[in-house]
Amino acid sequence: MNDRPAVAISGLTKQFKAGVTALSGIDLEVQPREFISLIGPSGCGKSTLLRIIGDLIEPSAGTVEVNGKPAHRARLDHDYGIVFQEAVLYDWRTVSKNIALPLELLRWSREKRSARVKELLDLVELEGFEDHHPWQLSGGMQQRVAIARALSFDPALLLMDEPFGALDEMTRERLNLELLRIWDASGSTIVFVTHSIPEAVFLSTRVVVMSARPGRVAGLVEVDLPQPRTARTREEPRFFELVTEVRERLAAGGAELEVTA
Amino acid sequence: MSWAVVQRRVVDWAPAVAVFVLGIAAWQGLVAAFNVQEFLLPKPTVIAQTFWDERSSLWHAGIYTFKEALGGFALGSSLGIAVALVFAAFRPLGTAFIPFAVAASAIPIIAFAPIFNNWFGLLNPFSKMAIAAVLCFFPVLVNTLRGLTSVDPRAIELMRSYAAGRVSIFRRVRIPASLPHMFAGLKIASVLSMIGAIVGEYFGGPITALGVLILNASAYTNFPVAWAGIVVASAFGILFYGAVALAERLTTSWDPSRRDFHTE
Repeated sequence: MNDRPAVAISGLTKQFKAGVTALSGIDLEVQPREFISLIGPSGCGKSTLLRIIGDLIEPSAGTVEVNGKPAHRARLDHDYGIVFQEAVLYDWRTVSKNIALPLELLRWSREKRSARVKELLDLVELEGFEDHHPWQLSGGMQQRVAIARALSFDPALLLMDEPFGALDEMTRERLNLELLRIWDASGSTIVFVTHSIPEAVFLSTRVVVMSARPGRVAGLVEVDLPQPRTARTREEPRFFELVTEVRERLAAGGAELEVTA
Repeated sequence: MSWAVVQRRVVDWAPAVAVFVLGIAAWQGLVAAFNVQEFLLPKPTVIAQTFWDERSSLWHAGIYTFKEALGGFALGSSLGIAVALVFAAFRPLGTAFIPFAVAASAIPIIAFAPIFNNWFGLLNPFSKMAIAAVLCFFPVLVNTLRGLTSVDPRAIELMRSYAAGRVSIFRRVRIPASLPHMFAGLKIASVLSMIGAIVGEYFGGPITALGVLILNASAYTNFPVAWAGIVVASAFGILFYGAVALAERLTTSWDPSRRDFHTE
């Protein structure tokens, strides 16, 4: 393990062409092995921030480093994997070939690819579905394929944009547990965007609370719940205290919005 | 295909088959009952008899014209796909030219047929291929371009996150994603190519061509032959369309919008 931060953001601002300031003065450091959630009201720019970390959008000002490199370099070096709210699977590819796509781009040999796909199917518990097409899977299964695909090349950083937002509550809770197991097994760092306060608290080691328009960091909440988290974690008093703390910080950020807007 | 699927297919198609049989029977019955003159509308049995008697010349004429249609389809469609790829790769070019392509698909290109006959020679099959090719070009271009450019932006973002270059994104995402749209264009083109070839022949062509055969039969009031020729033209048109639809089925079986509720 190195001690460079997994993500280092400083003085980050993003203005869109229409003159909307999406993000303003963001400073944030994410350490290796952390599980960070970005939470905030709609339009606080949390998805934009995630895309800037992934070098899919350029910031207007400020710097973003991933694994000690500029974000652009990190993208070209395959330093991160990304998962969106929808699985965004390629319909014409089977489950196996969807998972293997990043490996094809990395020019892995056929044998290495199929061995890796086998491991990943095992990790996300989709053995036996390798030759299925995306339309044959449920939403939760599709999202597990998307996660396996993001993990396929073993990136140090996993960026997740409300990955379980479109799923029903029960599927979501099960996938939360699975994600924690995968996080533990893969040793990666996760930056996770969510709308759900309990989800953020349950998953994270730290929650970044954002305020809206322009998006700022309104507060950081350390989640000191013991690891590993289990279904029981959601019933602990400390869990509820932390949920309340995040909610109050969100409300404080929202109040600021009303004054400035 | 399991037995249950076969049964369901039969049940699905039974109404259409019944309508076809009843339609032919009604045609036969009404023509006989009202004693309609043969030059107005021959009985299906008369057309069938003529079809059988003239099968050799009809078949050869059909093949001749179908070859023209096929040549025009191949030429026009591959040009349409090629130009769509160029426009998708260089968007400003597409923005500049696509309004004309859309306008062109609204004009009756078939009106140019006599001009094409004049350019390439009345007896030269290329004059008919050319008109069919122009007819095919625009719907294939417009539909393929729509397919190439209406890809889910996140599918592109994902490829960029894997550091994929433009060529790779085209090959792995844009082109496969465009196939359903491209086939929509190709199906229209398959129909238009037969229309182009036959109407082109109506303005003049060799005696071996189906359009000329239909035209001459009508001119000499030999209407059962004209009708048999129309049946041949229809059969080739339907078979061609069916072949393109089959190719679509084989290459885009993954497309969720194509799933019918009977699968499983």
